Amino acid sequence: MDGIHDLGGMQGFGEISMESEEPTFHEPWQATAFALMFASQVVVRSHNVDEYRHSIERMKPAHYLQADYYERVLTGTASLLVEKGHLSAEDLSARAGGAFPLSRPVAPSPMADLSPQLEPRFSVGDRVRVLTISPAGHVRAPKFCRGCVGTVLHRAPKFGFPDAAAHGGTRRKEHTYHVEFASQDLWPGEGSSKDSVVVDLWDSYLEAVNR
Amino acid sequence: MKKQEMASIEQRTQAVRDALLEQGLVTASDLDTFAHMPEDWKPENGAAVVARAWTDPDFRRRLLADATAACAELGYKGPQGEYIVALEDTPAQHNVIVCTQCSCTAWPVLGLPPDWYKSPEYRARVVREPRRVLKEMGLDLSPDIGVRVWETSAETRYMVIPLRPAGTEGFSDEALAALVSREALIGVAMASEPA
Repeated sequence: MDGIHDLGGMQGFGEISMESEEPTFHEPWQATAFALMFASQVVVRSHNVDEYRHSIERMKPAHYLQADYYERVLTGTASLLVEKGHLSAEDLSARAGGAFPLSRPVAPSPMADLSPQLEPRFSVGDRVRVLTISPAGHVRAPKFCRGCVGTVLHRAPKFGFPDAAAHGGTRRKEHTYHVEFASQDLWPGEGSSKDSVVVDLWDSYLEAVNR
Repeated sequence: MKKQEMASIEQRTQAVRDALLEQGLVTASDLDTFAHMPEDWKPENGAAVVARAWTDPDFRRRLLADATAACAELGYKGPQGEYIVALEDTPAQHNVIVCTQCSCTAWPVLGLPPDWYKSPEYRARVVREPRRVLKEMGLDLSPDIGVRVWETSAETRYMVIPLRPAGTEGFSDEALAALVSREALIGVAMASEPA
């Protein structure tokens, strides 16, 4: 989905604030939220990691931007536990003693039913273009590189195709590629000709470019 | 109808915890284990990998060929470390890591990511204006050095091997590792000069 999570290249954001000697968790609830996220996937087996990532993407945009990272972790996890029938939204709200905002519903994704690319279609050095797709569901091709042409630097092993896995599609794996884009191809007229962005992209997101 | 006030994040977290425990879907012991698991994942692990790569050419070769296996040699493996790729800086090429869509990181060697890495500001900006972001964070790169920004959009997890600082000949692995911060492993800082 073209959601608030897909931040790469978005303008208007300011200074990055850093903290020295930052602890792993600042507050005890953050460690609990992390543990609940992990336990929901490996103990309850309520959902997979792709569904989890998508649940955070589905948060209301204003909530997403103002929430702490572990608040996003908790909101996505709680949303899926409710959607999968393990918990009820009313019960959570009653226990919390106030409103408990959850993520927006899943929208169908046409990408979930794509035929898998079982064999790698690309090799190191190939020129490839990212498809100009904008499915309403989970997709891991960032907006900033869609429609752009880059060069394959490396072919990684096969990993589960997230668009299918996040939408209850058939579990299937295909290769990903580290594709290098010249920064000035992504944002013409900006930056340095020496700079590039390397994006890790599943085979199904790419098409061959004829030289 | 008056809009209900949002419960605090502490109350919401407690609500999910209590509901799962009461239904017997998880145990308190499960949650305790997972809450403490990140203690083993820390940037000191990645720093030890870098120090070894600086002092042991055979290890460096193995690390560049298969970082997952090379990190596992030193005991660093686990969730979000299933496929690690090491990015070696050169005098002409600087590497920096981001995950623009969430906050994916190589947990076993970098630890859980710091807040700045997870911030909308870093995620939005570093792909588009890396030099400005790095300069603001204290790393002013020469225009002659190329910057490669690595977007963690799939399942590869990256770590940067920064340049070994001058004046560290003969240093032990421990002394070298102490020069490598989490920020250097992500690529927003250089390894520190020796004191």
